[in-house]
Amino acid sequence: MFKPIRLIPDNPNINFLKLRWPAITMSSILVLISIVLCFAPGLNFGIDFKGGLVIEAKFQTAPDVAELRTELNTLNLGQITLQQVGADASDVMFRIPQQPGGDAGNQTAIAAIRAHFTDRVSEYRRIEAVGPQVGGELIKTSLYAVLLSIGGTLAYLWFRFDRGFSIAAITALIHDVALTLGFFAIFHLDFDLSTVAAVLLISGYSLNDTVVVFDRIREDMRKYKSKSFLEIAHIALNETLFRTMMTSGTTLLVLISLFVFGGEVIRNFTIALIFGILVGTYSSIFVATPVWLLLEKREKK
Amino acid sequence: MPRWKIWLILAITLLGAIYAAPNLLPNNLFQQLPSWWPNQTVNLGLDLQGGAQLLMKVEVEKALGDYYEGLTDSVRREFREANIGYRDLAARADGLSLTVRDTARMNDAKAKLHKLDPNLNIAESDGKITVKLSDVGLKQRRDQAMEQSIEIVRRRIDETGTKEPVIARQGTDRIILQLPGVDNPERIKQILGKTAKLSFHMVDLEAAPDSLVAPLGDQRLPMQEDPTKFLAVKQSSLITGDMLRDARTSFDQNGQPVVSFEFDAIGARRFSDVTTQNVGKPFAIVLDDKIISAPVIREPITGGAGQISGHFDTQGANDLSLLLRAGALPAPLTIIEERTVGPTLGADSILAGRNASLIGMGLVSVLVIISYALWGLFAVAALFANMIFIFAVMSLFQATLTLPGIAGMVLTIGMAVDANVLIFERIREEYLNGRTPLAAIDAGYARAMSAVVDTNLTAFISALALMSFGVGPVRGFAVTLVIGVITSLFSAVWLTRLMLMTWFSATRPKHLPFLKTSS
Repeated sequence: MFKPIRLIPDNPNINFLKLRWPAITMSSILVLISIVLCFAPGLNFGIDFKGGLVIEAKFQTAPDVAELRTELNTLNLGQITLQQVGADASDVMFRIPQQPGGDAGNQTAIAAIRAHFTDRVSEYRRIEAVGPQVGGELIKTSLYAVLLSIGGTLAYLWFRFDRGFSIAAITALIHDVALTLGFFAIFHLDFDLSTVAAVLLISGYSLNDTVVVFDRIREDMRKYKSKSFLEIAHIALNETLFRTMMTSGTTLLVLISLFVFGGEVIRNFTIALIFGILVGTYSSIFVATPVWLLLEKREKK
Repeated sequence: MPRWKIWLILAITLLGAIYAAPNLLPNNLFQQLPSWWPNQTVNLGLDLQGGAQLLMKVEVEKALGDYYEGLTDSVRREFREANIGYRDLAARADGLSLTVRDTARMNDAKAKLHKLDPNLNIAESDGKITVKLSDVGLKQRRDQAMEQSIEIVRRRIDETGTKEPVIARQGTDRIILQLPGVDNPERIKQILGKTAKLSFHMVDLEAAPDSLVAPLGDQRLPMQEDPTKFLAVKQSSLITGDMLRDARTSFDQNGQPVVSFEFDAIGARRFSDVTTQNVGKPFAIVLDDKIISAPVIREPITGGAGQISGHFDTQGANDLSLLLRAGALPAPLTIIEERTVGPTLGADSILAGRNASLIGMGLVSVLVIISYALWGLFAVAALFANMIFIFAVMSLFQATLTLPGIAGMVLTIGMAVDANVLIFERIREEYLNGRTPLAAIDAGYARAMSAVVDTNLTAFISALALMSFGVGPVRGFAVTLVIGVITSLFSAVWLTRLMLMTWFSATRPKHLPFLKTSS
């Protein structure tokens, strides 16, 4: 069998930490911008949280979207957004806001749409209706899940590492989650249940990456007793670089395959993950480690 | 590696393959498997096989209101028998109140109430009694209303001929209904949208038909055909829908669809009594507080059977007889969430999920084999084994595979590769630091474990958090992720080690296949 090919040389000796101040500055600014973006223009919450309807209809002949819009206005269902989905122009997605009549109002809207297009739509590929009460509950449970997940991993880190490592890892995690939210806000992507799942995964992944680097730093601290923390961090980052690239690389390959071939339904979810993995890889090198250095320096005084 | 461990790894791998086989084999091969072979397969979620999911809220408060309403009848009867004077008897949604005229009879009154239902909390002030269900009583009533609702929903769905519906309680007051293969649930929603409480009342001929207020003991109800018209009927019902034994659609002499029904023994006797005593008078057939029809009794009906003619079309008559056969819901249902997936989207999603996982795995395999050559091949073999394990565990627990679930499965590929990369890198390092090949492999596995366990545990914690709030498709994702993290630990650590050791004892290499690259 052939010899393995090293895509990254041993001990690449890249001085990542030289860039730690610009990186921290840039990241802080991006986090601030992201937080602002989450409030103005704000996240584009999908029906899972806001309530309302999403209907994907396959028409027998591709409809004219502008005509469809005027036609739908006669049904009085509020501000409807239309979008052609898939390769086929005959697939149209309707987004209908939460109806004034609550749950019953949403059901009436479905019946109205079905009745109106009865001989023109060959199949309803998807109909989703979420009432205001369910939406409110989903917001609550999602928030609990995120807090539970972050709290759980924080507890685990505290137990495995000391305080400096834990705070640095959590800082990187918050950075990744904030940037992902900002990304969703700026591109106006649908923020729904699967996005929450993606955010949770990103936080898991972010920690993953950071933990491997920190694990190595801790080991090298015992190995090179006379070296400074900065030198040790430099060595550890370079030692784990291949693994970091390999893991991010394989995960990204899989995600890109999901993005290209996985279909419309989970596209938002994969976009969130791809962005999150890229940010997570960046942050374990340029955020977590520098923050740890910052904290340790102060504690030494 | 001790011998028992080798056998254990092989046994687990074999079991995994056996349990996963029904999912992965083509259908004609699956038929040929011997009968002892486990035949469970993974359930496909509604997003993959197409179908409708309705989340319904049972308006339990309504059932409680009905209970207090019914309690007032019993109170009237009991207090009259015991000669206890009272006034202002009234039922509300959350209780019942009355004032006892003679305070000396207060204790008798309380005793009577307690006898009616021992789960009542009875409070008194200034001769006024307030009655509410105790917490235990409330829970009992709610549970009963939920169980009845689920039973009636099941009967109604069965009557429509829907195959393999899933009907389950969710939380305190919800029912989740899954209808595989149903892409237009409108008729089912219509059938579930009625409580279908049927009752027969005498029409009050003395009440002025146009009066807006019904006389005492009467109820003013709208007509079904023309809701602007009202009739005053007696509040107490003669016969109720639960006394029906059967209901069918048939046609009257004019060819109009009608609903023919039969009473059970009690209902038949009462119907016979009532019709004998009231020849020439009209009675009202009331469904969900609307009068379907109010025919005049021409002669006593003693056969225990009758007809409802209410200007139905055939569909309407069919629906009504279905509802009467299945029975009344104790409380109305509201649909609070609906997710319907059509058959082509489901099929598209299966295809997309399959393609994405296969291509994703292919790409990863190429990268891993380039980086580790033969060892990479071991890691890739472990990856495929991991897929098989995930299917095996999911079949064993009859878990449901959703599209996000497929995504979760694909993502565990990343996790599994990560463990192998950590281990191989460590072996490589130990070897380049001057250990012998065998020692390097041992030390590599031992020292990489700390990082492997850390990464898997953090992933496991976030997956568990996802599962704990698991709603709908996201839960499917979390389930495969949790399973995948566990199985990948086995395949990436134990299975690759077994392969490495087998390779090592077969070839006894002097050198490990690692190039020293210059820096």
